[in-house]
Amino acid sequence: MNFTIDWGHFTPWASLFGGILIGLASIMLLLFKGRIAGISGILGSLMQIQNTPSGHYSWRVAFLLGLLLSSNLYGLFFTLPTSQIDSSYLTLIVAGLLVGFGTRMGSGCTSGHAVCGLGRLSMRSLAATLSFMAAGFVTAYIFFHVILGN
Amino acid sequence: MKNFLVFISGLVFGIGLIISGMSNPYNVIGFLDLAGNWNPSLAFVMLGAVGVTLIFTRLVVARQKTIFNDPLHLPGTTQINKELVIGGFIFGAGWAIAGFCPGPAVVSLGAGYGKALVFIIAMIAGMLLHDQGYKRKTA
Repeated sequence: MNFTIDWGHFTPWASLFGGILIGLASIMLLLFKGRIAGISGILGSLMQIQNTPSGHYSWRVAFLLGLLLSSNLYGLFFTLPTSQIDSSYLTLIVAGLLVGFGTRMGSGCTSGHAVCGLGRLSMRSLAATLSFMAAGFVTAYIFFHVILGN
Repeated sequence: MKNFLVFISGLVFGIGLIISGMSNPYNVIGFLDLAGNWNPSLAFVMLGAVGVTLIFTRLVVARQKTIFNDPLHLPGTTQINKELVIGGFIFGAGWAIAGFCPGPAVVSLGAGYGKALVFIIAMIAGMLLHDQGYKRKTA
């Protein structure tokens, strides 16, 4: 196993700037609506159809609509970067099931636990972040190098 | 008005994901796959995002209210339990094999990637499987 850095795709400044925008957007949601910007929680709560208080759906739909339309807005001013999605449909389905189940069981994903949770110094979110990062590194190794044999 | 501002927050979040490179699963896998051709970019995204939330969350929490004087809805649970950690493991495993977590998947769907739609449908199925199946049984 040899360690190399992918300099061709490494974008420290753009990533730092994009990260700052993600952080600011989370603060905006907290300041405007008093809510944590956790995408899995926002999406998952939309699936809840029983005993929902008034206003349960509207802000969640508004936030997700913003996420959904962000590519269109970006594309109006800049060239939208192309994504490379190499995964097979089977991998996407298995990954989706795991991400959906796991984020509901663990009460959050990268946005809710890492971006927002670490920012409010939540030990619970730190434990969650360490769990999914550790699983991410281990699974990537097993999946890409042991199973797929890259 | 409130929901319009919430919509703007979602837009900024998505644009941040696009600029950071994280709406592209290739860059996420590039970070998680240490033994491949490693791309450290995701660490810089987290540095920027958590840097901002570390500074500003406490200011909003200190005033205890939104700009519309509504109460904040902060998670009350502080307990670190089995569900939190195992859920994190399951999420992390799914995240690593396709490079999608929920936010980037929604942004990619908006950009018109059919594969993002497949992932999101499976993700919603996984959420329902937990909420309607597993959680009901154990509750």
